[in-house]
Amino acid sequence: MAITNITEFAHLTDSDIEALGRELDAIRRDVEESRGLRDARYIRRTIRLQRSLELAGRLVLFGSRRRPAWIAGTVLLSFAKCIENMELGHNVMHGQWDWMNDPEIHSTTWEWDQTGPSEHWKRAHNYSHHTYTNIVGMDDDVGFGILRMTRDEKWRPINLLQPIANVILAAAFEWGIALHDLEAQLRLEGDDRQRWNSKPKKEFAVKIARQVGKDFVLFPLLTGPAWKHTLAANATANLARNLWTYAVIFCGHFPDGAEKFTVDQFENETRAQWYLRQMLGSANIDAGPVMAFMTGNLCYQIEHHLFPDLPSNRYAEIAVRVRSLCEKYDLPYTTGPLSRQYLLALRTVHKLALPDKLLLRTADDAPETSSERKFAGTGAKIAEALRIDTDTGRRRGLLSALRDHKAARSRRLMRQS
Amino acid sequence: MGLKSWIEAPAARVAGSNRSVANLVRGAVTRLTTPLLPDDYLHLVNPLWSARELRGRIVEVRPETVDSATLVIRPGWGFDFGYQPGQYVGIGLHVDGRWHWRSYSLTSAPNIDNKLISITVKAMPEGFLSSHLVNGVPAGTIVRLAAPTGNFALPEPPPAKMLFLTAGSGITPVMSMLRTMDRRGDLPDVVHVHSAPTQNDVMFGDELARLQAEHSSLRCHIRHTRTGGKFALASLDEVCPDWRERQTWACGPLGMLDEIEEMWDREGITDRLHLERFAVSRADLSGAGGTVTFAKSGKVIEVDGATTLLEAGEKAGALMPFGCRMGICQTCVVPLASGHAVDLRSGKEHAEGERIQTCISAAAGDCTLEA
Repeated sequence: MAITNITEFAHLTDSDIEALGRELDAIRRDVEESRGLRDARYIRRTIRLQRSLELAGRLVLFGSRRRPAWIAGTVLLSFAKCIENMELGHNVMHGQWDWMNDPEIHSTTWEWDQTGPSEHWKRAHNYSHHTYTNIVGMDDDVGFGILRMTRDEKWRPINLLQPIANVILAAAFEWGIALHDLEAQLRLEGDDRQRWNSKPKKEFAVKIARQVGKDFVLFPLLTGPAWKHTLAANATANLARNLWTYAVIFCGHFPDGAEKFTVDQFENETRAQWYLRQMLGSANIDAGPVMAFMTGNLCYQIEHHLFPDLPSNRYAEIAVRVRSLCEKYDLPYTTGPLSRQYLLALRTVHKLALPDKLLLRTADDAPETSSERKFAGTGAKIAEALRIDTDTGRRRGLLSALRDHKAARSRRLMRQS
Repeated sequence: MGLKSWIEAPAARVAGSNRSVANLVRGAVTRLTTPLLPDDYLHLVNPLWSARELRGRIVEVRPETVDSATLVIRPGWGFDFGYQPGQYVGIGLHVDGRWHWRSYSLTSAPNIDNKLISITVKAMPEGFLSSHLVNGVPAGTIVRLAAPTGNFALPEPPPAKMLFLTAGSGITPVMSMLRTMDRRGDLPDVVHVHSAPTQNDVMFGDELARLQAEHSSLRCHIRHTRTGGKFALASLDEVCPDWRERQTWACGPLGMLDEIEEMWDREGITDRLHLERFAVSRADLSGAGGTVTFAKSGKVIEVDGATTLLEAGEKAGALMPFGCRMGICQTCVVPLASGHAVDLRSGKEHAEGERIQTCISAAAGDCTLEA
């Protein structure tokens, strides 16, 4: 079972967690107070870059009957769509730029280049996912209702198709998100499923008509004889964007070490415990500045989950401080190269397609899901021990516990063999 | 829905959307640029080429007195020049990455020909934005504009006999009225009583003199309060014996307006009085809360400084958008139509024209939400 008691799992006392919460509040305050011209310039330049790329891509595609032009146009458009989706749409709609008081770069007015309407997405993502992050049964983003990503969910025969479902989800990610958000919106408005013309469904239909009309009808028509090539280019750019956003999201939430939680943990949660849940529930990708930009700074997923509404261009500096807090409190800071993080997520997708009886580990002690109970066998002594190392004076918390637990496990395995 | 309105539909929310040719094009092109408007691309070339939000460029900053200046602004697409003299505009200025909004009376006469408007700003000692406008804004600066509005305006046609009572920067809306009537060459019987500390503090002093010389129907009484003392309302009978018969427009400090209101009330002629209160309402940071009005539903509730505006709305029975209730999801963001609110997490003040997260904000004095 996923984590029911985050205090016990984290090997911290209540006052430790409160202190950690205060340190994180201080980071928020520092960033809030220092937001200014530099940040505003950053987002405006990003907008300018994105629009220029898109415009250039569309223009080049007028010559898309020629292969180099097709490739150049498709690449430009793909980049434009990735940036639009990640660094602009996702972050603006989180309210990261609301502080500028600019009606054109504001969470309440932004509409993005995706099939689902912004309003629906904000509801499902900003509210449901960011409030109930990784709580099994409350956060629908755990597997998006399609994949079984934790042993806490019962295996069903349909899960055998998971490897295929995963490929479809990746290729049609924007559609998956759009339907997922529509579902959340319908649930929210207590919609009668039989009615085909309810408000959310109408909004959904209008948005789809516009998006599909633009990429698959109007632009191909405009390029005349090159219509087939333009159509293919637009479809490719959308596919590229879907695969990329899918990969970034999966790397941020499903590598080993991104923990899941139970409703029990959530029910009596303090603000500081909420922070801790965000830290333990997300995973980062090691990235340089270019890669960080292309992921919409979601390579700093941990920082994003701690401070979803602080400007994305500040996550890099926030990460330095969060990392040092993790060291101070001996907490794990889950990060790794994109390839590794993605392979870990992929491993879970394929492994959990299988019924539990074919799996070795339990829901308390599995690579993708663990709970405070995992330490009961091997790590009981650590959990009860003094939490400051007498030799080094350093705190002995979760990170040490995980390390000792792993060592004890392998010792045991060696003895058995 | 007709074909025309179908084509225009995606651009329906831009400013001045009653001007149909531009919007027909805009709506048609939007099918290609969706979810953006063509304006979103065009304003990258020229910031004025956007009607998504009204914009303008400051073309001239002209000092009026030591602490006041006139900003001449060329508005971009979508601005409605058919405003009434006396009305005010909202102006948004970019300072340190953030847009700040204030309202100022238009001092220009409505004039579609030259496509310029002007406002005249007096630097207030504590007014960070007004000082910035008077001392720090270079010509060429791009500003945002909100459509002209307000009831303090010259009726059409103007009444035959008028009285203007102004003090300090209270002269600004009246200046627009005078210039309008002067431009038409038809200035009815006007008595204007204006007060300023010294001769040098009188805004538009030369122009007032010129107007008076050109129009025998205009009589200006300028009072220098530092030497002559405050203008006593009781002496109005001497300056303008028939004031009771006149339509009166008054604009100036709150104390002066209160006195005027009282006097007109005593005479039972308040229907002939038009007042404009300039004083910027200040945030009440005592934590005492205030009266919150929810504009869409018309609900009103009295709250303390610890109750969030979201809770206040729910208590009052207004339909409020809500989400995480902890300030992270932006579901509950609504515009603050007037007054002030305070962010309970950071203590940061929000003023009129800003959009606020109601789940973590409380009233700082009386305020109105567009919800």
